[in-house]
Amino acid sequence: MSDPSGPAIEFVNVHYRIDGKHSLISNLNLSVLRGEALMLLGRSGSGKTTTLKLINRLLAPSEGEVRVDGRSTTEWDVIRLRRHIGYSIQEAGLFPHYTVQENVALVPKLEGWEPARISSRVQEVLQLVGLPFHQFSSRYPDQLSGGQRQRVGLARALAADPPILLMDEPFGALDPMTRAELQHEFMELQKRLRKTVVFVTHDVAEALMLGNRIALMDSGALKGIFTGAEFFRSSDTAVKPYIDAFQAMQQTLKAGD
Amino acid sequence: MPLFAFIAIDKRQLLTLTGEHLWLVGISMFLAVALGVPMGILLSRRRGLRAVVLGANNIVQTIPSLALFGLLLPVPWLGARADRLAILALTLYALLPVVRNTYAGIAGVDPPVREAAVGMGLTPWQLLWHVELPLASNVIVAGIRTATVITVGVATIAAAIGAGGLGEFIFRGLAMVDNSVILAGAVPAALLALGADLLLGLIQRTLVRTHH
Repeated sequence: MSDPSGPAIEFVNVHYRIDGKHSLISNLNLSVLRGEALMLLGRSGSGKTTTLKLINRLLAPSEGEVRVDGRSTTEWDVIRLRRHIGYSIQEAGLFPHYTVQENVALVPKLEGWEPARISSRVQEVLQLVGLPFHQFSSRYPDQLSGGQRQRVGLARALAADPPILLMDEPFGALDPMTRAELQHEFMELQKRLRKTVVFVTHDVAEALMLGNRIALMDSGALKGIFTGAEFFRSSDTAVKPYIDAFQAMQQTLKAGD
Repeated sequence: MPLFAFIAIDKRQLLTLTGEHLWLVGISMFLAVALGVPMGILLSRRRGLRAVVLGANNIVQTIPSLALFGLLLPVPWLGARADRLAILALTLYALLPVVRNTYAGIAGVDPPVREAAVGMGLTPWQLLWHVELPLASNVIVAGIRTATVITVGVATIAAAIGAGGLGEFIFRGLAMVDNSVILAGAVPAALLALGADLLLGLIQRTLVRTHH
């Protein structure tokens, strides 16, 4: 059933429509390899977030199949599927009535872990995302900065050690300095953890920096999958605006030197 | 002074009627919460029912309380005992604020918070218990508070159908054209309403504090 050499996530001829007509995703075929960070790059409304939600079955495909570990998401027990996948979103979606510690501990607790194991795991993941336990564990989300909230969101997603991680513009709402810091730490973390990551972003620089591959989306369709080098070599008309934007940004930076 | 004199004479009766009043309000509110909170939760799950349920509740609210008591009088099992009938009518009145606030409190949970919870693999019951109800509790208690104050007031009308309570003094005073007798019912009823409001306000503040 679960073939360890096969892709972690597979989209096979996936369509997604609202109310049976308005099409958000059309004929998507895509494989996410184990241990890679795949960046879903595209403008707002290109279907990136919809694609992400099809993986943990917050949405179910209207046609075709999304497979996680070789099994269709509609065949999975949906709760098991979601606990197999970490989920981190913009603004973090932390529970405001829970402390940092309680936020991070929730899924392990629901999974029935021993209290001792939970508390050592909470310490471990908070350390991993750069939040000293003794300083942050009993704070509430509204006592944290945006960057700290995002770190807690990531720690919470990692808490039960899921093999797959979905990240929906996790750094989108942060100031540029904090974003750069978190991007850097994400790279370090990914080097060590080697999770299968699907990461939604509209920022081409972020996609190039954090991803092993980039899946470019436009109007609900996949325009191509590229490594960083392939992305720059591509003559695809869909890729060009992104390269232009990236180069314009570099020019601006150089001009500022 | 006449008020004081009346109380001095009928202290026992005042205590009895206050007790009856509290009983009517207490049972009605217990039922209103026991029915209203689940109804509010149901509405948050089946939004299509919202118009029907809130509409029906609104209609009940528009029926004048005296008329509602009168209309229910011929109903067989209910009409047999005045307090049953009064409790049913009071429960119906108290239901709307409880249902509406439960629904509003749950609907008011920040969408990213709900999405994160569902995405993390919480079951619908876990979502309700760990996220929605705690975050809605402040709004729910506010609804219970409103309903309680209304019920303490409306319960004075229950005396019109012989269900007792502090309304006895009010109706007797009206019949006797004696303001002091009216006040002997009205003042304790107002104090009860104030006390209930303060107590529930305190609970509400505690909830806000624990939820930060």
